[in-house]
Amino acid sequence: MLSFILKRLAVAIPTLLVLIVLSFVLMHAAPGGPFTRERAIPPEVLANLNARYGLDEPLWKQIGTYLWNIVAHFDFGPSFVYPSRTVNDVIAQGFPITLTYGAISFLVAVIVGCSLGVAAAIKQNSWLDYLAVGVSIGAQVLPNFVMAPILVLVFTLWLGWLPGGGWNDGQWEYLVMPVVALSTSFMASIARITRSSMLEVLAQNHIRTARAKGLPTRRILLRHALKPAMLPVISYLGPAFVTMITGSVVIDLFFSTGGIGLFFVNAALSRDYSVMMGITILIGGLTILFNLVVDILYAWIDPRIRY
Amino acid sequence: MPLLEIDDLSVSFDTPDGTVSAVRGVSMALEAGKTLAIVGESGSGKSQTAFAALGLLAKNGRATGSVRFEGEEILNAPLKALNKIRAEKIAMVFQDPMTSLNPYMRVSDQMSEVLMHHKGMGKKEAVAEAVRMLDAVHIPSARERIRLYPHEFSGGMRQRVMIAMALLCRPRLLIADEPTTALDVTVQAQIMSLFSELQSEFGMALLLITHDLGVVAGSCEDVVVMYGGRIMEKAPVDPLFADPVHPYTLGLLRAIPRVDKGSEELLTIPGAPPNMTNPPPGCPFRPRCAWGGDDCDAVVPPLDSVGPNRSRACIRPVETIREGIPADYEEALP
Amino acid sequence: MLVEQQKMESLAGRLVEEEVKGRSPWADARRRFVRNKAAMFGLVILVFVGAFALFGPYIAAWSIDELDFMVLGQVAELGGPSIETGHYFGTDDLGRDLFARVVQGTQISLMVGLVGAAIAVIVGTLWGAIAGYVGGATDNVMMRTVDILMAIPYMFVLILLLVMFGRSIAMLFFGIGLLSWLDMSRIVRGQTLSLKNMEYIEAARATGVSGFRIILRHIVPNLLGIVAVYATLLVPLMILTESFISFLGLGVQEPLTSWGALISEGAGTMQYGTLWQLLFPLFFFVITLFGFFFVGDGLRDALDPKDR
Repeated sequence: MLSFILKRLAVAIPTLLVLIVLSFVLMHAAPGGPFTRERAIPPEVLANLNARYGLDEPLWKQIGTYLWNIVAHFDFGPSFVYPSRTVNDVIAQGFPITLTYGAISFLVAVIVGCSLGVAAAIKQNSWLDYLAVGVSIGAQVLPNFVMAPILVLVFTLWLGWLPGGGWNDGQWEYLVMPVVALSTSFMASIARITRSSMLEVLAQNHIRTARAKGLPTRRILLRHALKPAMLPVISYLGPAFVTMITGSVVIDLFFSTGGIGLFFVNAALSRDYSVMMGITILIGGLTILFNLVVDILYAWIDPRIRY
Repeated sequence: MPLLEIDDLSVSFDTPDGTVSAVRGVSMALEAGKTLAIVGESGSGKSQTAFAALGLLAKNGRATGSVRFEGEEILNAPLKALNKIRAEKIAMVFQDPMTSLNPYMRVSDQMSEVLMHHKGMGKKEAVAEAVRMLDAVHIPSARERIRLYPHEFSGGMRQRVMIAMALLCRPRLLIADEPTTALDVTVQAQIMSLFSELQSEFGMALLLITHDLGVVAGSCEDVVVMYGGRIMEKAPVDPLFADPVHPYTLGLLRAIPRVDKGSEELLTIPGAPPNMTNPPPGCPFRPRCAWGGDDCDAVVPPLDSVGPNRSRACIRPVETIREGIPADYEEALP
Repeated sequence: MLVEQQKMESLAGRLVEEEVKGRSPWADARRRFVRNKAAMFGLVILVFVGAFALFGPYIAAWSIDELDFMVLGQVAELGGPSIETGHYFGTDDLGRDLFARVVQGTQISLMVGLVGAAIAVIVGTLWGAIAGYVGGATDNVMMRTVDILMAIPYMFVLILLLVMFGRSIAMLFFGIGLLSWLDMSRIVRGQTLSLKNMEYIEAARATGVSGFRIILRHIVPNLLGIVAVYATLLVPLMILTESFISFLGLGVQEPLTSWGALISEGAGTMQYGTLWQLLFPLFFFVITLFGFFFVGDGLRDALDPKDR
């Protein structure tokens, strides 16, 4: 198991380095460099700026410094647009918020999705199954940026039950709509995957063996069917995590929750490359870490994957 | 009273392409301690007959007729009643031990749960008993290997695990569904001799399901030959081999490679098994039969007695079959 | 929202199997597809949306950038959907005809979806086919690259690219397509590996047909089934991606518009009582996604019939 984890790490770490180098090179390949604005900047000011941010050094040295600062000090450098702020400030302010409602959404999606999928599979062709299938088909065309306005329309404008935006230290009223908007389509996907994989597992030979052993249905489901049925769900969690973090951008923008996505969009609109890169790398790193956890979880469930 | 009595059993499956009749009106009986083989090609309904008896049909399957075990009706019995019989009285060994054992559980857990559930044993006691049973099926160093996962065993060893698992509660009847199909020939022989050894040791009856008449020869008393969901011939094993009186049995026998008649050409039965969504009317074997004629399509041939404990479903006289395949038949094939 | 890998693998396995039996799966598949009500319904929806995009401009009473000064300033009261004013879908906040704008949004979103999916399919197929066919170290390097690219949060990178290289439609097409071929290449590689060992491919190799020719003439056509299904399911994902970016205001730029941009505008003004500005683009967006998903699922089920 340990060698398996080490092997995975051996892939994960270079991946992260490639991501950092790649985005750095991209930034330098951008036409005009990071300080291109609508108004032309006087050359002496530009030279000053470049010197200040170390952009006059050779590229390999810049990359080296940037990499070293991130790896050794977790320092993403200063913002290119607001010199008084560092990228770390931005992350420190926005990330806890994103993490809070992101984690809640993730848990809601996984727990509700799995239960719905398992229930639908066990009671195949019952009203519960049709409901679950219907909801999950419906929800796949309701991504977060469609859910968000609809929720606000219904619960804020029509019913007046929930505030239409804001964070307010994560009070529950302010959390409900972001969480629902973010988790619905994942919950639906997870329910669909769980249902079809559960149906597939239940039709497998070893389940027939378990039935022939005279075990009660409950035990067959929990001890024999659930674990293998979860495998496709687990491999879905990696991509789901990425898409969910991506979705948080919409949430931050639409509900003004003040998470990291808001800073990303603002940075994109003001061409603040260092903030964009910092956030991209942070999320890339989290993705890699998360995929590592998923791989380990997968290997833990399926004994045949242990090398 | 026979231990197991199957009477007019029919099994059908609802599929998107229509209803598939896998088993059509099958009857047979097995006495305690004896061995009965059901022989047929894949798709003949032999496995589904066994699955139906234990209520193990796929979700879209329906069974009608009657299956009595120790005189009690068990076909379509409530799950609770069935679960008291499964493993405790009737156990089953499945075809492909790789997929039939749970690949995600240790063998110790898969075996001990049977004893813990049926006999109320504690975990430790159950594992110890499971080790004893693995010893009985000749798995070397069972105490250590019981901790392994199924994929860490070889094919033959896996099937031994499967058998040991089935024997845990000392059932009165063991149903073995193609127990040797997935195995090498040498391992096949070992497993078959293991069966007869265990049978005399535990005194249980064996219902052996196979497509291989060669496996049947040395190991059982009675044979039921199935084709297209129907019984073609029922006979004690020796007369069946010595004097086949059904065209299909004859075909099966001619398809067995024999060492003693080396020069004779190995013959296959031409054609393919019938499509069970739309089975031919009358005798299901008619399209592939050398003796078939239009009269075979008219009626389903009844199972007529042709000797002591022996019957067959064919409208041609026994003598005609004994004369051998008509000379003009092989040329007439397309 | 994502294409379910398990089902795609099952389909891949099934299609290779068919090849062994030497029987084309297509005839059976067409029969099953036509019998599938949801898939046929999806097809009808797609034809309808396609016709709307094609013939919409001829039906619209107003052009895209014309401002209707009659409703300006009183959009909530006068700008609603009406046959008389010629604004069948009402007007947007600036008094522009929403029908004409939804037509344009449909054109652009469909285009991004189709072009993006095409790029993803072509790149993914070639990449996977080459990696699988050549094998060895090449395969290793190519698939490791895919693994690494997989871990990149592509939406963020795409936005980064859009900001750096300007927000042109071409960039949007290209960026969306280029970042979505990874799954495709994995499936195609697996499929190629199974096809590679088939007798007829070995025969072709033995008679000295060149590797690239074998890929183009024998491997790629045999991948058709899986590519068709994947492409159909990829189009709505591309549309979703584009709409997502445009919703953030980082995608297509004024005066051009797309569903995402229109939904964003509609969502921004809904508290003023101009609900039609949200509902019309949303309607077309939702039914189109449904259409593609139904057709894609139907296609897959037709090629790989299973009870699920």
